[in-house]
Amino acid sequence: MIKADRVEKRYGRAWALRSVSFELGAGELLLVTGPNGSGKTTLLRLIAGLATPTRGTLTVSAGRADVGYLGHEPLVYRDLTGLENLDLYGRLYRIRERRERIGMSLERFGLWDARNERVSTYSRGMVQRLALCRALLHDPALLVLDEPFTALDDRAAALLDTELAAFAAVKTLVVSTHDPERIDDFATQRLALA
Amino acid sequence: MSAYAADVAALARKDLRLELRTRETLPAMLLFVVATLVVFHFALPPRAGHDAAYGLLWVALVFTALLGLGRAWVPEREGSVLDGLVLAPCDRSAIWLGKTLATLAFLVGVEVIALPAFAVFFAPLPVRALAGVALANLGICAVGSLVAAMAAAGRTRELILPLLFLPLAIPLIVGGVGATISPHKAEYLLFLVLYDAVFSILSWAAFEYVVTE
Repeated sequence: MIKADRVEKRYGRAWALRSVSFELGAGELLLVTGPNGSGKTTLLRLIAGLATPTRGTLTVSAGRADVGYLGHEPLVYRDLTGLENLDLYGRLYRIRERRERIGMSLERFGLWDARNERVSTYSRGMVQRLALCRALLHDPALLVLDEPFTALDDRAAALLDTELAAFAAVKTLVVSTHDPERIDDFATQRLALA
Repeated sequence: MSAYAADVAALARKDLRLELRTRETLPAMLLFVVATLVVFHFALPPRAGHDAAYGLLWVALVFTALLGLGRAWVPEREGSVLDGLVLAPCDRSAIWLGKTLATLAFLVGVEVIALPAFAVFFAPLPVRALAGVALANLGICAVGSLVAAMAAAGRTRELILPLLFLPLAIPLIVGGVGATISPHKAEYLLFLVLYDAVFSILSWAAFEYVVTE
């Protein structure tokens, strides 16, 4: 599903990513680790289609509708409610039975009661859960998750463990984390960036 | 409704909802244009004539639009929402068109107050002047939404936006003032139509390249 051949990315004069190569088939999980500044986020942005490599070739055989991306930022409007944010994305992704899916997603991540509150009133953990709802809403075949456990409390992190375990069996995942032990059991490939 | 039109409508509606909720753009634009007209009222010499007043009207409208454009992409910049919109499988030009329509709604909302105020305190506004304003609005919002998106990506956006936008707005000012005071009003209105058509198509086509790295 993903083939990277000596992929490099430069912003201005600074190289954010140097010569990364790997091949990831459908249904595999790539665990990306490395210290701050090693290029994890850059690699995930390239895979998600938010940026293009400066050098090398990166082939991702999934269209935009098949990619779910969770970044450092939640990618949701602070002055819309959680429900309004998901409804907007649901429309843009043309999700069938949108309202039902949004309701189920909010329920699953414990945000149903806060669905009509503005995101600006959410705690950091709630925003991260809403960001996960957004990334998973359209049932993507390829999930690209950048530090998904950030700000989650134990209960939400455990829920995400369960979700990732279920996804690992049926979807392709690329996950970067500083806490690799959480998903190491599911990883089929590991990429340590220096 | 086509899928493209539905995407544009959803995105524009979201901007209107955000403005209704936060009231950060429209009141600022209204205050600015009224304050500018008040200053012009006292700055304009009594015998300056209507032509000078029409010129000042365009200065007020363009800088009011600039104020609105400066805020246009702020909600998308916070929380990197633009990344989320760019990732969605809709045509990326729908993001630009939704923003253009929302900005147009704000500008027209401001002009509903500003133009009658101008007519009362400065000079009457003939139909051709209103036609010029309507056509210029389209160009201002189409080009402005694109350059505001370009500026929003940088750290010096407050500097970049006027530098990019004002030179592009000069033909609109020339066309608008010409449509108001020149005996060749039809030619100036046609010029504005052509500007709107050409620059709207260019902005529509260029937006995808502006928002991707």
